[in-house]
Amino acid sequence: MSSAVHTISLSNRDSQFHCNEQQSLLHGVESQRIKAVQIGCRGGGCGVCKVRVLSGDYSSKKMSRKHVSADELNQGVGLSCRIFPLSDMVIEALD
Amino acid sequence: MKKGVMRPGHIQIRVLDMDAALGHYCDLLGLIEVDRDDQGRVYLKCWTEVDKFSIVLRETDEAGMDFTGYKVIDESTLEALENELNQKGYPTTEIPAGELNGCGRRVRFTAPTGHSFELFATKEQPGKWGISPRNPEAWPRGLKGMRPTRFDHCLLYGDDLEGNLSLFIDILGFDLAEQVVDPEGNKAAIFLTCSSKAHDVAFIKHDEKDKFHHASFWLENWQDVLRAADLISMTDTPIDIGPTRHGLTHGQTIYFFDPSGNRNEVFCGGDYHYPDHPTVTWDAEELGKAIFYHDRELNERFLTVLT
Repeated sequence: MSSAVHTISLSNRDSQFHCNEQQSLLHGVESQRIKAVQIGCRGGGCGVCKVRVLSGDYSSKKMSRKHVSADELNQGVGLSCRIFPLSDMVIEALD
Repeated sequence: MKKGVMRPGHIQIRVLDMDAALGHYCDLLGLIEVDRDDQGRVYLKCWTEVDKFSIVLRETDEAGMDFTGYKVIDESTLEALENELNQKGYPTTEIPAGELNGCGRRVRFTAPTGHSFELFATKEQPGKWGISPRNPEAWPRGLKGMRPTRFDHCLLYGDDLEGNLSLFIDILGFDLAEQVVDPEGNKAAIFLTCSSKAHDVAFIKHDEKDKFHHASFWLENWQDVLRAADLISMTDTPIDIGPTRHGLTHGQTIYFFDPSGNRNEVFCGGDYHYPDHPTVTWDAEELGKAIFYHDRELNERFLTVLT
């Protein structure tokens, strides 16, 4: 069964992309060949793909505490390679 | 002048998820698991390595390198280097024997770039994996993944390259095999060797201290590098660049990332260095060609994506 596809809009870039629930936001960005977020290690370690979630639901995987503090995580800041959408989302790129 | 430091001995790498890390390091890269300890660390090695382990993985909440250790020729050499480090402004900490399973006492110090280095003289030597030291066959059956033969070196990013140069050459007896120099004569990269390999450790100039660029593993030939590239694609593993050749050291290489974002390299070939050889110099204006000999153009990620 294919998972739901969500629309992800960037508040501070003039772009949006589509992403399913099995894809990280960064994977969505990469698969549509748009330059919305910087691509780094793709593993939650280097911190270059940092974004702030402004609206929408998502799940996330473990990411490096060096780049995202516990407080930031609670405020919806995270690495887009570790964030998976559960609804349409609006995000802000932080690079 | 050689001071008794023989070779890279081990590196402890931080990972976010141990199961994912082992899938990468054992099944894809092809390292062999040899032990675990009560801290949850997992010990790995490449098949030609005589010592018990070379890679230690530690699960925690950030990626990067904890420390890397070099093996010296004997315990009296370790003691002499320990004294010299302390006398010359590099205070050392002793890590007792057994803190890493099967490893003797380690002498730890911080390099001017902020990285933790260790020296040690003793580690259990179970021998090469899967072959006998007597009438040895060419290679063991049952290797997985990219089948690397050894942990070769690491590349680290940090600020005080001149400080590291003095530490590694004057105290630890390394040679400067290759360097990148800017028009003002400042060093942008230094490749240091304690053997006849092109590098046993390398540093690239960067504003922050204590950054980890990659751990590198040796393959036998170019066909193995291409095969590694195929495995990276088959497993959808994040790739950085390659297969290609470096200008610096002329190694044939491919770079990719582990599941925590730490960069790995597998490579083959390249230059050698003896103590009487002059240092090879690349001009910073030629940095693109120095790093990626074929594209002759740097990808930004190679300089900025670090753990």
